[in-house]
Amino acid sequence: MSAPAAASVGGATAPDPAAAVDMSVRLTAPAGTVDLAAGVLTASGCAAAGRELDPYLDLTTLGGVVTKTIMRGARSGRPTPRMAETPSGMLNSIGLQGPGIAHFLAHDLPWVAERGARAVVSVAGEDVEEFVDIARTLRAATSDDGPLGRPGTDGGVLAAVEVNISCPNVANRGLVFACDPGSAAEVVAAVRAATDPRVPVLAKLSPDVTDIVAIARSVLAAGADGLVMVNTLLGVAIDVDRGAPVLSRVTGGLSGPAIRPVAVRCVWQVTAAMRAGLLPTVPVVGVGGVRTGRDAAELVLAGASAVQVGTVTFGDPGAPARVRDELAAVVRHHGLGSLAGLVGRAHDAVRDGGHP
Amino acid sequence: MSAPAGVLPAARPAQVTAPVVVADRLGGYAHLVIADPVLAQALPGQFVAVAVGDRQSSMLLRRAFSVHRADPAAGTLEVVVAAHGAGTAWIAGRRAGDELDVVGPLGTRFVLPPAGGRVVLVGGGYGSAPFAWTAQAAVAAGVRVDAVVGAGDADRLCDVDGVRAVVGAAGGQVLVTTDDGSAGEPGRVTDALARLLEEPVPTTVAACGPMAMLAAVARTAAAAQERTGAPVDVQVAVEEAMACGIGICMTCVLPVRGADGATRMVRACTDGPVIDAAAVRWDCVGAHGASVPADAVGAPEGGAA
Repeated sequence: MSAPAAASVGGATAPDPAAAVDMSVRLTAPAGTVDLAAGVLTASGCAAAGRELDPYLDLTTLGGVVTKTIMRGARSGRPTPRMAETPSGMLNSIGLQGPGIAHFLAHDLPWVAERGARAVVSVAGEDVEEFVDIARTLRAATSDDGPLGRPGTDGGVLAAVEVNISCPNVANRGLVFACDPGSAAEVVAAVRAATDPRVPVLAKLSPDVTDIVAIARSVLAAGADGLVMVNTLLGVAIDVDRGAPVLSRVTGGLSGPAIRPVAVRCVWQVTAAMRAGLLPTVPVVGVGGVRTGRDAAELVLAGASAVQVGTVTFGDPGAPARVRDELAAVVRHHGLGSLAGLVGRAHDAVRDGGHP
Repeated sequence: MSAPAGVLPAARPAQVTAPVVVADRLGGYAHLVIADPVLAQALPGQFVAVAVGDRQSSMLLRRAFSVHRADPAAGTLEVVVAAHGAGTAWIAGRRAGDELDVVGPLGTRFVLPPAGGRVVLVGGGYGSAPFAWTAQAAVAAGVRVDAVVGAGDADRLCDVDGVRAVVGAAGGQVLVTTDDGSAGEPGRVTDALARLLEEPVPTTVAACGPMAMLAAVARTAAAAQERTGAPVDVQVAVEEAMACGIGICMTCVLPVRGADGATRMVRACTDGPVIDAAAVRWDCVGAHGASVPADAVGAPEGGAA
């Protein structure tokens, strides 16, 4: 018994989800393809491992649950305050709190499988070895004859692996992997090698870089099957009354509608480079500030094949399903029968002189 | 109505758009009555998370309120709102006929002792909002009730009359304290609580208020137990900043000892808000947030795995 999707909020009219639009999206791996039911997913760190959202939407109608980033061992995370509300967004500084991969595989992933939903498992490590260790453990736990079905196929819960490279590389002076083309490529290549070849490996990129196309180029050369753009931007909020930073660790990741233009820009730049033949063409998953179907459509029109709904879910737990329905309505509005038809059309408009 | 703390309540939470049917004042606070059959299933100690503004609002995060009262027969839920910032001010400004986007009922509830037992309710500021209702449930269950209602000053006392009406009618004591002496007796809720705990009978204390007050209540109860030898079980409804209220954001955590003895940073929204005070690591809870105990599971310092 799930709550009806697309709860109308603030008087907005829910679109008719019954009208047939093909919202599916295909990801490609070295030894197979993965078809997701819809090109709308949750975003890492904004859905736990799915269970907590179950009362508010039907997870099986999404492209997948993108899990909170999993690391090798249990992590306590950072002190509180971990959160600050900012204009049209928020800062978070959780510190990748989690129970570790063993607990995740014993308790969380089986629940997603039993619910009939798909999971995109987000992984991270403090060094390349930890990334590899997690990828291997995940692969061993999702074998063909195991209880979780055949990975990367219709029967398996594991739809893809998302590589969270926006964390410090302990082996390289604490520099964030995503900000260094060499480190980013090394991690992605190692995870790709350790992962079942039927399972796509997606690299999640940070917008806090000088040239995101250069980072995209390096992770694609390392074997990434797709890109997820973008992670949060680093920010600081100060409590003026106290005269001190709000967050316990001063800096936090900025997310929410405030960053949407940055996400659209990053997707635009990278997909423009793909269309120009400067990068191999792979699916891009757009994430950053999606609140409505129209927001999601901006990312899709800019070149994203799928989108993730993150921060807005905190305030509107039914949001991912609502966004899917609203995005379907935008596809219909454009006279199209499939989400795939909408991908990158804004580039065509520019090419054809169709912008102001 | 007894389930071990930490067990999800029977009522499955929902996200609803519900009308405000009454908007008035309760002392210095706004008081809203919201009509919705799912929200009306809430139990004492639980909370709801209310959205601010409409879909264009720049304030994305919900505001959490402990439930003042819920009436499944009438199909209503009531909250008491203190206007702290722009978001709570917007909610406090709703009028009858306005609609609110509410998620609930959420979190754990107070677990009352069995019939014949004793409960002492301790509320600080708007933390006493749930206690007239909690007292009603206790009286109906054959539990003896006393209460302490306190605040910084008279203006910030919440629902003293409501608590008095229920507890007083059942023959219990209601002690009122203010830090500045502007109402009731001057002093802290813990001064009054210590007197109520002089009687050597097993007692459950249910407390709601600022974290520093909850820590002091836990200390006071432990000292009383030491003095009289009668067990005092303290349940605190913690107040933590929350982004979502439903367990997905990991911002409202605090250090709590589990049944296995290991300390973890647990979510106030799902493992709480009502938590066994004896399990909370008060040594690591401060005025502006909680630190991670060095021996916590997965602590950077290398706690137990």
